[in-house]
Amino acid sequence: MTEFEIIMGLEVHVQLLTSTKMFCSCSTTFGSPPNSQVCSICLGLPGTLPVVNKKAVELALKVAHALNCQVAEVTKFDRKNYFYPDLPKGYQISQFDQPILHSGHIMIPTPKEDKKIRITRAHMEEDAGKMIHQEGTPYSFIDLNRVGTPLLEIVSAPDIESPDEAYSYLKELKAILEYLEISDCNMQEGSLRCDVNLSIRPKGQKTMGTRTEIKNLNSFNFVRLAASYEAERQKQVVLRGGKIEQGTYLWDENEQKTKLMRSKEDAHDYRYFPEPDLGSFLISKDLQEKIHSQLPELPRIRSKRMQEEYKISEKDCAFLIEQKVVADYFEACLKKFSEPQELLNWMKGQVRTYLNEHDLAMVDFPIPPKNFIELLELLQKKTINRNAAKEIFEQMAKTGKRAKEFSQQKQKITDENELRQICQEVIKAVPQIAEDCRTNPKAMNALVGQLMKRSKGRADVDIARRIFGELIGE
Amino acid sequence: MIEKKEVQHIANLARLRLSEEEEEAMTQHLGQMITYINKLKELDTTGVPPTVHAVEMPNVWREDTPCSGLSSSEVFQNSPAMQDNFFTVPKVVK
Ligand SMILES: [Zn+2]
Repeated sequence: MTEFEIIMGLEVHVQLLTSTKMFCSCSTTFGSPPNSQVCSICLGLPGTLPVVNKKAVELALKVAHALNCQVAEVTKFDRKNYFYPDLPKGYQISQFDQPILHSGHIMIPTPKEDKKIRITRAHMEEDAGKMIHQEGTPYSFIDLNRVGTPLLEIVSAPDIESPDEAYSYLKELKAILEYLEISDCNMQEGSLRCDVNLSIRPKGQKTMGTRTEIKNLNSFNFVRLAASYEAERQKQVVLRGGKIEQGTYLWDENEQKTKLMRSKEDAHDYRYFPEPDLGSFLISKDLQEKIHSQLPELPRIRSKRMQEEYKISEKDCAFLIEQKVVADYFEACLKKFSEPQELLNWMKGQVRTYLNEHDLAMVDFPIPPKNFIELLELLQKKTINRNAAKEIFEQMAKTGKRAKEFSQQKQKITDENELRQICQEVIKAVPQIAEDCRTNPKAMNALVGQLMKRSKGRADVDIARRIFGELIGE
Repeated sequence: MIEKKEVQHIANLARLRLSEEEEEAMTQHLGQMITYINKLKELDTTGVPPTVHAVEMPNVWREDTPCSGLSSSEVFQNSPAMQDNFFTVPKVVK
């Protein structure tokens, strides 16, 4: 049986976090009414001229350090020509031979050790509009709000050798882009999309196999699934003695397979040429240094620091670091709260469950850090017990109120007389269980259960056990 | 010189429908242009950096401050077909 190896290169298109478009001052806000954020420039009306958004260039430069990239001294824009209804000008302004960044790499975790994935280049370009296809109408509907949104396309070298590595690469890249606040990386909203180039070859063969491209994957999981499927498809073709044909594929989510979108004969001929409406850009050392000096702590470095500072495991750190907002929240709480492990358990437990149940992202988590630690402190001081804390947590999230508004009613009952009263009631209500306690110590748990029910979870268990013991009089 | 086949390819890329006479004429015209360009290419430009733009004007950029765009009526003014604030085109997927 021939063994095959997979070779993949990824092209990641990421929307840059600017307020306005790449070449005009239209807003980039997501979710506005169709065609409400367009002007004569992004509609491609004749006689208009594009002007570059400085912020977009600065964001691209911000990536340079994190991706270990070289910055071009001179960078320019080029026209990529093709016709499609979501591209009103009939060309996309992109960068061809002088991309703003080149020759970088990032490290990704693999089961064995960290692996270096080279970044060939990263260039700026503009996004296309959005098309909506509806069953039962002879039309496609076009919304051009997205047209002209600044994108950075990050192109990896063919260093990725498995669908799992592709997944790790994307995860690592996303963490970096989020950390640097280059992009919100919101995949549902299309802020990050990925094209996969994939070929296979018999193990040991030096030359590359013919590659196919899978376009427009908008989830990391689809990347993994589509790459696995495509590698297997190619393998089957080769094993049956066939030849891989160059082509562009799409991932069909419903059928869970890659589908040919266009073959080599229909491949685009983009006829790139220098964009005559834009001059070139000289990236000075001063500008680079200014941007470099404002860089935040990168995820890998942050993870190392957090592991040491808070004595938490690498795995737990990975959970916190995956989204910058989660790590930020965690550290904001720890400014005033001294038990990282306790906080971590809440973040991994209650907080995560709450977000999942309400289908929310961490940015939308309704309890601010200072309110959250007030709750944890009540628990720490044993003013409330764990069950009560969980209930208060839910109420705080629901109402936005502070813990003390609820803790009064949830406060632990520690008063001996009050507890004795309730214990007596319990014994009266279930005399048989109380009787059992004399011979079977485990029956005490049932008694305590009754007590908690009666006290709505507020009884101090330790004191209550002692009182029960006295009352039953072992 | 340019082949008629290339002219057809270029016309197709530009979404132009040319009659046979037009194809003939285009082949001639484009041929002349290419001959002219080839003449220019005879000039020795060794050591001369390529010109990207006729006018040197580096780093022309603007601040990232939003401005409102066109009104809905202006947006669709030149559009042959629209529906519910969308441009409509013949269906592009099968
Ligand atoms: Zn615009």
